Amino acid sequence: MTLRRFGRRNPTIVIGALLLLLVTAAAIAAPLIAGDPLLITPVDRLLPPSEKYWLGTDHLGRDVYARAVFGARISLLVGVAVAAVSVVVGLGIGLAAGYWRQVDAVVMRFMDGMMAIPAILLAIALVSLNRASVFIVVVAISLPEIPRVVRLVRSVVLTVREMPYIEAAVSGGSRGRKIVIRHILPSTVAPLIVQATYIAASAILIEAGLSFLGAGVPPEIPTWGNMIASSRLFVARAPWTIFAPGTLLALVVLAVNLVGDGLRDLLDVRLARRM
Amino acid sequence: MIGTIVRRLLSMLPVMGVVAVCVFLLLHLAPGDPAAIIAGENVSPENIARIRAQLGLDQPVWRQFLVWVGSLLTGDLGQSMFWGDSVTSLIGQRAEPTISLAFTTVMVAVFLAIGLGVLAAACAGTLVDRLVMGFAVMGFSVPVFVVGYLLIFVFAINLKWLPVQGYTPISEGVAPWLRNLVLPSIALGMAYVALIARITRTTMLDVLAEDYMRTAKAKGVAMRPMLFRHALKNAAVPIATVVGNGVALLIGGVVITETVFNIPGVGRLVVDAIARRDYPIIQGVIMVFSGVYVLVNLLVDLSYTFLDPRIRD
Amino acid sequence: MRAGAEPILSVEDLHTHFFTQDGVTRAVDGVSFTVAAGETLGIVGESGCGKSVTALSIMRLLPPGLGRSVGGSVRFGGRDLLTLDEAEMRRIRGDRIAMVFQEPMTSLNPVLTVGEQIAEAVMIHQGKSRHDAWARAEEMLTLVRIPDAARRVGDYPHQFSGGMRQRVMIAMALSCHPQLLIADEPTTALDVTIQAQILKLMLELKGRIGAAILMITHDLGVVAETCQRVIVMYAGRKVEEASVLDLFDRPLHPYTRGLMASIPRRRPGAPRTRRLQEIPGMVPSLREPLSGCPFAPRCPLATARCTAEAPPLEQHGAGHVVACWEAGRIGVS
Repeated sequence: MTLRRFGRRNPTIVIGALLLLLVTAAAIAAPLIAGDPLLITPVDRLLPPSEKYWLGTDHLGRDVYARAVFGARISLLVGVAVAAVSVVVGLGIGLAAGYWRQVDAVVMRFMDGMMAIPAILLAIALVSLNRASVFIVVVAISLPEIPRVVRLVRSVVLTVREMPYIEAAVSGGSRGRKIVIRHILPSTVAPLIVQATYIAASAILIEAGLSFLGAGVPPEIPTWGNMIASSRLFVARAPWTIFAPGTLLALVVLAVNLVGDGLRDLLDVRLARRM
Repeated sequence: MIGTIVRRLLSMLPVMGVVAVCVFLLLHLAPGDPAAIIAGENVSPENIARIRAQLGLDQPVWRQFLVWVGSLLTGDLGQSMFWGDSVTSLIGQRAEPTISLAFTTVMVAVFLAIGLGVLAAACAGTLVDRLVMGFAVMGFSVPVFVVGYLLIFVFAINLKWLPVQGYTPISEGVAPWLRNLVLPSIALGMAYVALIARITRTTMLDVLAEDYMRTAKAKGVAMRPMLFRHALKNAAVPIATVVGNGVALLIGGVVITETVFNIPGVGRLVVDAIARRDYPIIQGVIMVFSGVYVLVNLLVDLSYTFLDPRIRD
Repeated sequence: MRAGAEPILSVEDLHTHFFTQDGVTRAVDGVSFTVAAGETLGIVGESGCGKSVTALSIMRLLPPGLGRSVGGSVRFGGRDLLTLDEAEMRRIRGDRIAMVFQEPMTSLNPVLTVGEQIAEAVMIHQGKSRHDAWARAEEMLTLVRIPDAARRVGDYPHQFSGGMRQRVMIAMALSCHPQLLIADEPTTALDVTIQAQILKLMLELKGRIGAAILMITHDLGVVAETCQRVIVMYAGRKVEEASVLDLFDRPLHPYTRGLMASIPRRRPGAPRTRRLQEIPGMVPSLREPLSGCPFAPRCPLATARCTAEAPPLEQHGAGHVVACWEAGRIGVS
């Protein structure tokens, strides 16, 4: 299939991926394309967008554009890290729970309990007990996502293990671990790819939410959530301080979601779920 | 029936037990001395010792756990370190705004979302369908606080139609109560509407392709009863499941929405506790919200028997 | 029975196409027939021959956006059903023309009681109150011999067996006393013993209500037991039409003869065959336009003319038409 034909058939994936590529490039090249995000220029407080400050300045006279570009780094990092951590851990637990019946009941009860804890509150608790850092934020957001991955993987395993070719492998003398790795693992790839994109999208939203609530990445680091939180009182006087990072945040999450929905249709997986 | 309900209520206990263990472990597996972290910087060792005693951290772990579970069972969620009051009563005082917000949001969102989902399914492939689904993707993508500030900026600051922030108790009249809830409910409900609208559309499309829908059409049933009487009833179980699971989304959203709109509810209580490192409040609110989530999903489970006669037998 | 009787349904040169990504399928390709009041007409053929699509075209129940009747007319009650708007068509469906489907297990709505489903048609078409319609539902269940109807009327479909569900379907279809009942393979999904009961029930009720039946089936046995006249369809076309007796006595189309040879039980008048025969070859693709006789590739008697030129329907005796160049030769042998 040529690239153009792929684009015509899957416009959402292509649009989303291009948008993400653009933001990723900007995040990587941030020091080259943007000024100092931490520089405070008190005389230039709350200036509207202009040639000098493309997206205006905030209440401390900081360049909103520079902060927004640097903020993309945290959002993307958290999105990718949370997706990776929760998929890897969830995959391990899910394979074990699906294949070895002895551990299944205990693990799944535990997962039910973990799913009941609201993600944002769990993160708030973790962050309030530790010194705030990106690492803690990633752990805090990953924990509640793990049970969803476990459930997904487990349901794939339970479907696949009834298939004739697994029975054939068993009667052919293959050992449990080999069956899981050689025969079952591959079936989990497609749903996990889609699920990972959904997790990334929700992780970016939750990170921003945590920063906004003052329970996320330390406030001195420019993130989109921190930017909005520190500009809260200025929504009437300087709406750009809120809506510039807000729009970027929404666009990035939208892009990830479009890629996820596109992949879901393309790979034809119905198991992957947002909730 | 009553036997089933009792049995299901009892099945909540292990799940809540896991929640309790998780919350307990959180405090104890934290690297370093939680008492020191909670105390913050530049505090005297006496203060840290006082906090440690207050949290019971000076006791052996097994004993701490038993005390924690024992007090949970009696409805005691501990004492706030900042206010000194019991967490249970603090949550009780803040419950009304949160319940009001959740109630108005769920009521409007569920009906709106199901309507949109049915519409999209009935018009599958058309512009209407694409618009509804486009709105749904937006609903997942735009964060609650961005929607919130956008609503405040447009409808409260510029158009001056509705109050910017705050909450009016229902005892002061339904109209002022509602006026304060309109914008927060919209902000909070967006993602929930998106979630339910999507599952409604997907399930309805499956149902509309069933043989019995053709039978209904062959009987001369009109479009609207076809959709709502024949199809939606069959789609009810998956929709109800997502209505229940989506409560997790609402709980996270309530915390943020109450902060954006300055509503003095349970969410605000927990956010204020972050800066004060008032861990017992955070613990208590987690237990309460998790309990709500589990209870709602239990009710959803029980509703299956009413929604689908095949599950009844 | 047929002669002189005014037809209640007359299908004239019906063309129904399916539009898919891979092209246009001519599922029904110029079919004409009539059904007289009170008559039972069979349409028989292999799966994919267009018999079910013909039924769905009459009812205008083709999957929207996929199938459409593109030519011909379906005259019923003095009007062409193909030109009615959706609201007018709705008034006919379930009232004047009713339908029974093949799959009793999936054709009833699982979340509505059978009483609700029967009463619904009565309420829509006869404007009866909920109470009266419910009474009618109960009466209909008694009529289709469901034991303990007064209690069963409040049961859900999953509480009934397959045969019982098909009885419910029949009760539903006949609840408004239609003039025409279209039965699309009504017994195919059922056990053999139950098949006979259902067919008997349909014939009996048809007499009581005075409805005509259009019986769609792949089973010549069903035709022999229930129909007066029969149409044989192949590749979207009518290839033979005759009275049932005449058809079994003197099948003229090679395809009809092939079908008869593949019936397991011997029927009166069917050609004697020791072994069960199947017709070799496959139904042609309906996507490409057909030149010549569609059956020619599978026909043991095919000549050069058959592959070049499509045979027209020609009269061979009273009420017996057939589309075969070799029909004269077959009739003699």
